Amino acid sequence: MDLNVIWFILIAVLFTGYFVLEGFDLGVGILLPFVARTDLRRRVVINTIGPHWDGNEVWLITAGGAMFAAFPHWYATVFSGFYLPLFLILIGLILRGAALEFRSKDEAPLWRSIWDWAIFAGSLIPALLWGVAFADFILGVPVNAAMTIEGGFIDLVQPLALLGGVVSLLIIMLHGAVFLSLKTTEPLAADARRWAARLWLPALIALALFVGLTLTLTDVVAGLQVPPVVVIGLAVAAVVALLVAGLFILRRRDGRAFIALVATILLAVATIFVALFPRVLVSNLDPAFSLTIANAASSPATLKIMSIVALILVPVVLAYQGWSYWIFRRRVLEKSDGLHY
Amino acid sequence: MDGLTLILSRWQFAITTVYHFFFVPLTLGLGLLVAILETRYVRTGKEVYKRLTRFWGKLFVINFAMGVVTGIVQEFQFGMNWSEYSRYVGDIFGAPLAIEALLAFFIESTFLGVWIFGWEKLSRRMHLAAIWLVSISSMLSALWILIANSFMQQPTGFVTENGRLVMTNFFALLTNPNVWYQFPHVLLGGISTGAFFMLGISAYHLIRKEHVEMFGISFRLAAMVALIGSLGVAVIGHAQGQNTVRTQPMKMAAAEALWETEDPAAFSLIAGIDEAAQQNTFAWRIPGMLSFLSYNRFSGEVKGIKELQAAFEADHGPGNYIPPVAVTFWSFRLMVGLGTAMILLAAYVIFMLWRKKTIPTVLLRTFPLAIALPFLANTFGWLLTEMGRQPWVVYDQLTLADAISPNLSSGMVLTSLIGFTLIYALLMAADVYLLAKYARTVPAHQNTRH
Repeated sequence: MDLNVIWFILIAVLFTGYFVLEGFDLGVGILLPFVARTDLRRRVVINTIGPHWDGNEVWLITAGGAMFAAFPHWYATVFSGFYLPLFLILIGLILRGAALEFRSKDEAPLWRSIWDWAIFAGSLIPALLWGVAFADFILGVPVNAAMTIEGGFIDLVQPLALLGGVVSLLIIMLHGAVFLSLKTTEPLAADARRWAARLWLPALIALALFVGLTLTLTDVVAGLQVPPVVVIGLAVAAVVALLVAGLFILRRRDGRAFIALVATILLAVATIFVALFPRVLVSNLDPAFSLTIANAASSPATLKIMSIVALILVPVVLAYQGWSYWIFRRRVLEKSDGLHY
Repeated sequence: MDGLTLILSRWQFAITTVYHFFFVPLTLGLGLLVAILETRYVRTGKEVYKRLTRFWGKLFVINFAMGVVTGIVQEFQFGMNWSEYSRYVGDIFGAPLAIEALLAFFIESTFLGVWIFGWEKLSRRMHLAAIWLVSISSMLSALWILIANSFMQQPTGFVTENGRLVMTNFFALLTNPNVWYQFPHVLLGGISTGAFFMLGISAYHLIRKEHVEMFGISFRLAAMVALIGSLGVAVIGHAQGQNTVRTQPMKMAAAEALWETEDPAAFSLIAGIDEAAQQNTFAWRIPGMLSFLSYNRFSGEVKGIKELQAAFEADHGPGNYIPPVAVTFWSFRLMVGLGTAMILLAAYVIFMLWRKKTIPTVLLRTFPLAIALPFLANTFGWLLTEMGRQPWVVYDQLTLADAISPNLSSGMVLTSLIGFTLIYALLMAADVYLLAKYARTVPAHQNTRH
């Protein structure tokens, strides 16, 4: 397999890791003001993601760095073309990270309330806008012959891409709710479970609608460069996985529901990347202007060096991050001693 | 793209980067100091070291979070505002960024989480290992980002193909001489920053005679590290300056406001700089001193700005290849001046400790203020490094005007510039409030398993 393909897969893996892991900590952040009403419960909720959110975010930083290193034109076109959405995502992530750290370091109710809402907004914005951006990648954006995205913010918020944003927002919230039900004790866990039960059907409908409308209203299938059956199969599998997750949620099988949600996110990200392949960004001006793993790539020498580095380091990262989840596998108890945040 | 977009993008890069670099050096320095304190705790089992580790660890963690979140902006804005730069150097510049994330950020973030939450869950040795991993990986992160930055200062190991730079030798990036001046300079600057932070806050408590045993320990440790760090910064900085004379003569000529080539060259202690007329209205000059600083001997030609400008025009065509002279000149002097003040202060404290003399309270009171010295010195150092390279973004290869994203409007950049500045100001206020609050409050003994 050539190196361009390996790097395409690796970047897909990094984004999958990001959405699976940061997915639940963003979801927990969005649910924070609603699922927990008392200060102690809010602290418990934040402490469920306490040891992990920062490490989860590194998946995004690594994915961005990998895009820059392996496909500089992809990185340059997307990051400049999605200027305002990325600016908003950055503001969200900055606010959220600072808020998670600052929130419990002062007793004043106003102080805590401000940071609670910063955590909420800072989690909501990325959860929504990542969905819009990834939907745009396959739906197509106005990439011109000079590999630059023409037009402004409005061209990026096409209706179907907005629906994609709603899908990612709802799935991320659901993922957060199920994570909370796994990591807290009753009665907080029961409240989280109620939120999961409320969210799963809207999430399923939104996802099914997005898949259905994309297949029927757009020329996405016509533009595919892989067998359409593979893409459609993956998309349907994602919908089915979400359906299964819902059934587990209703039966209060938190662990299995979580696994089904991980599968949903994995399949959804896989659908997008397989639908793109071998393109990395679809142009809706002219298919010939689309960025591909060939025309956006670095030189073979750089790809080779980076492949060696990644093959050594990625398994090591997985091992110690997995270990950190193992250490903190227990539920966070609803009592104030032992809470860091 | 218009001129205003370029100016606004430059301001945004400057503001976000200077801001980010308030947190980074403290992470580098304080991380190491906390690791040293916890090592002593594990070795001796003395409760006081544990309390020190907890106290300084809390300040470290508050600062760390800000470093992380402002760091994401750094990686994104190359593509957002400087897409043509990203295309031009992506083959080379992206690799160290990706390696930095894979090799350093993952360890740093994961093990900091383990360290914060692991006091009750890990053995003492495992817990100690976690903070050392955080400290070492923060240094590795500095190394890889400076490998990337060094390519912008002193490009090596590449050829130009189809209007892009293509990597020919990855190891040339690592053996770039600029890396091995810049990395220790920045690292020791960070270590000094942590040390002065610890020195100032320890002094605050010693003045009040609170927890004297505990803060006496951190005061002595910080003084030692501050002296080693600030002396090291100066020694390496001198060698780094000489490397810059060889590789980026225009930067040094601007930093010295040396308009005409001289042999032997005089050093201007201060000067009135008239950039429009390309001359100095006055200067306090030390004959031969600039030659000495450049070559370790009192003769030797140092090229002036005008001659270097003519050489650039001969190579690259007409244009202005002169960096902002006054900013570079004064940044250099402020950096060196502040660094000298740090050395003197640290040396004085060590002398007094060695002679077992008491430092007068009047003087001790200034130490919390001295926390500002390394932060200012770091900032002026980066202004010198980056402004002195103008108009180049990659020295002698790509100018800033050719690096900017072509699709941006000034309205978009103004929006983000205002947004980042407002949020950053707000967070700085909250961060300083918390650091000051936790620097003043010492928790009572905690009953934990270790």
